[in-house]
Amino acid sequence: MVFYWILAFIALLGLADATFLTVAHLTGDDAVCGSRIGCSTVLGSVYATIHGIPTAAFGAVAYFTVFSLAILFVSGYTRVRRFLIVVVASMFIASLYFLYLQAFVLHAFCPFCLLSAALTFLLAGILLAIPVAR
Amino acid sequence: MRRSLPFIIIALVALLTVGIATTVYRVKVRPAPVTAVAATPTPADEKEDPSLHVRGPREAPVTLEIYGDFQCPSCAVTSQAIDDLQKQYAGKLRIVFHEFPLAMHNHAVDAARAAEAAGLQGHFWEMHDMLYQYQPIWSKATNPAYFFGAYANSLGLDVERFRADLQSPEVQTRVISDADAGAARGVKNTPTLYINGREVKTLFTFEKLQALIEEALAAKKNS
Repeated sequence: MVFYWILAFIALLGLADATFLTVAHLTGDDAVCGSRIGCSTVLGSVYATIHGIPTAAFGAVAYFTVFSLAILFVSGYTRVRRFLIVVVASMFIASLYFLYLQAFVLHAFCPFCLLSAALTFLLAGILLAIPVAR
Repeated sequence: MRRSLPFIIIALVALLTVGIATTVYRVKVRPAPVTAVAATPTPADEKEDPSLHVRGPREAPVTLEIYGDFQCPSCAVTSQAIDDLQKQYAGKLRIVFHEFPLAMHNHAVDAARAAEAAGLQGHFWEMHDMLYQYQPIWSKATNPAYFFGAYANSLGLDVERFRADLQSPEVQTRVISDADAGAARGVKNTPTLYINGREVKTLFTFEKLQALIEEALAAKKNS
């Protein structure tokens, strides 16, 4: 059970991070970037939006979903586990793709995007570590 | 009650996230504090205004207007795309720049003033290009005026006059009236672009803007 509380907590951090990135993108804020011009390359790139919606907003929704599912699980709705796995697996793949874009296409990294990827990998790792028979 | 608790927590988190995000968004996109109330020029009036910052021929069929903030990174990126477009559409594209310094950028108003002060000596666009080029440097400075003076010097401006103009009410009013006019026109964010008076809603990449310019050229031809 404690694993799911940890999942919820990490998802909350991810939600904060992704929301922050969404707002930063919408306002054109560069405080996120510090002095690194490469970071603006990421947040100003064509990959920063999907059909006009900031990519980070999708991340926020995903983290919120993970948070909700984890909270539901600890409240006794254990059947949500499979949805949790599907959502986290999709996030894992998306994070890999965004890492690839930053490393090989944009040649620039954005620290808060990397944080999001790290949190997703953490979510996936914990989910894998949880004993299946429960 | 116990069964509804998780849903209450989830709803609370959702509300909190949306609430905080919209509040921060609202605070950040508010334009820099403006005191004077200027008349709002309509796009038609603006075409006649000799004090406008214009690049390209007056009779060009396509006019691309930009509301920009020199401290905004996406403005710098967009400006690069616009430069490339102007090279490609020489004679057909007219660029108009409007100041729109955002409150969230601590040096944006000073940078806008620097551009205007250079403009008083006929070098607005040179300073415009320089401010974007060196944005990562001066925007992190505690005293950006030092850098602006250096840029003015390298452009061969009268630096004494430039420094005096930076503080002048004329320059101040110019920046404020530009930002006011933008706000009245519905500009909230930077960069905001208009092509022949129509707001650009796509991404500001070379390809997307090129497509819109082609569209505007075709529309002009047909009319």
